[in-house]
Amino acid sequence: MWYKRYLPLVLVFLIGLLGFLTQYIPHWGSEEVVSYMARSLLIIVAFAMFIGAYSLLHMHLTRIRRQQAGWAYSLLVFVGATVMIAAGLYNEGTGPMPPLAPRGINTWLYDHVQVPCSATMFSILAFFIASAAYRTFRAKNLNALLLLIAAVIVMFGQVTISERFVNWGLYVANLFPPLHDFIVDGLGVTDTIFRKLAHFVMAAPNMAAKRGIMLGIALGAISQSLRILFGIERSYMGGGD
Amino acid sequence: MPEAPLERASSTRQIVEIVAAVVLLTIFLGASAWRQSDGLSSGTLAGTAEALGIIIAAGLTLIMYSFLYRDNPFFKAVENLYVGVGLGYGAVMTWHQALKPEVVEPIILAPSFGALGSALIVRGVPILLGFMLLTRISRKYSWPSRYSYAIMIGWYAGMGIPITIHTFILEQVNAAINPLFAPGASPLATFLSINTQIIVLVGTVSVLYYFFFSLEHKGAGKVVSRVGIIFLMVSFGASYGYTVMARISLLIGRVDFLLYDWLQRPRP
Repeated sequence: MWYKRYLPLVLVFLIGLLGFLTQYIPHWGSEEVVSYMARSLLIIVAFAMFIGAYSLLHMHLTRIRRQQAGWAYSLLVFVGATVMIAAGLYNEGTGPMPPLAPRGINTWLYDHVQVPCSATMFSILAFFIASAAYRTFRAKNLNALLLLIAAVIVMFGQVTISERFVNWGLYVANLFPPLHDFIVDGLGVTDTIFRKLAHFVMAAPNMAAKRGIMLGIALGAISQSLRILFGIERSYMGGGD
Repeated sequence: MPEAPLERASSTRQIVEIVAAVVLLTIFLGASAWRQSDGLSSGTLAGTAEALGIIIAAGLTLIMYSFLYRDNPFFKAVENLYVGVGLGYGAVMTWHQALKPEVVEPIILAPSFGALGSALIVRGVPILLGFMLLTRISRKYSWPSRYSYAIMIGWYAGMGIPITIHTFILEQVNAAINPLFAPGASPLATFLSINTQIIVLVGTVSVLYYFFFSLEHKGAGKVVSRVGIIFLMVSFGASYGYTVMARISLLIGRVDFLLYDWLQRPRP
């Protein structure tokens, strides 16, 4: 059927062309189009929330219905979602239409359940990253050594304990005054050396590599956009007829 | 995909773990009751709710950290609760930030037919496309959702091309070919600036060459490619270090919360 398979492709091309042209036509009309599309996409994306919610809840409902391993945990997904939505609808007794109460049950749940869980979940990664670092950062070759040195410099550059380490090093070097003078006067080492080195690593070699990667990503994104506009890339259409 | 069953522990280990869980729960409740007693017995709803919130947040934090020992039922329960609460919060925010002001208030609660008509002119098509998007749930009748996706993806793809060219290509190339000599700068600053500029330029070109697979990397090209790898390794190391510090910062935040908010330790 042409309206199922081909009309969406024509629509993609026309809307894409419109979006492309609005960026090159400095006219109030194109600004209006951009503004209208931003508002329209906000509404469409809001409906996409239902698809995401349906997908998640359907998966957990299936797990409960089939009593798969760990199905009881899935009940908690429904409990969390129901309580949060009910609190939002209740909205301190004012109902769903007035603005969300700033110190209501919904905000309380967000502050005392959502935020701590989120922060803790991500902070757990600190432990796993540390354990991965032990395996990754063994200086087996030059590449691993460079990785290790750059990571150590950046990490030390952000903590004040690095200044204490440098001071201890200078204290030890002071046992041999010529060496101390060479390090301090000749090399210009101060207790903020790690901060300066970290800044240099981030601003020079890191920026260079990031810029190269960014240019590559940009070219890839443009080619992908062109593939979509010309109907070569059609995965967004889903399966079926 | 079915959830992986928890690792089976030996019966002795199970008994030790149950006893440890009971002891830890007792300690947690005792510490909470002791340190949050002021808030709990404040007599005001706000004070009690705040104290209760801190106890719940501390409990959830500690349960999540129990995963560092090993996967356990408490962690799984909190993990699923977190997903549910996140979904609920997302739904409430979608209602208040998009559906209520853009759909319900102007259309369903329109004060007059005139207002309804003008709202339908502006919002009618996107609302229709929103409903069409929902057909993606159906396997058989999902084709109307293609129109919604076509408009969303087409718009972002078309508008994204000039924006990407400007932001990620022209601006980046422009920043990579800055003048080496800045007028009025000190000799040392000029020296450092020249070094940085050259390093960035050499690094950018060599990294780009490393990702250029249309030409075999041999001879001088192999050297350039090798330089590109060196820059990439330093960059990955720097990104890694930066990520570690961000996670450590979150960890410090949680420990700070447990010590000073939950246990009410005096701040140094």
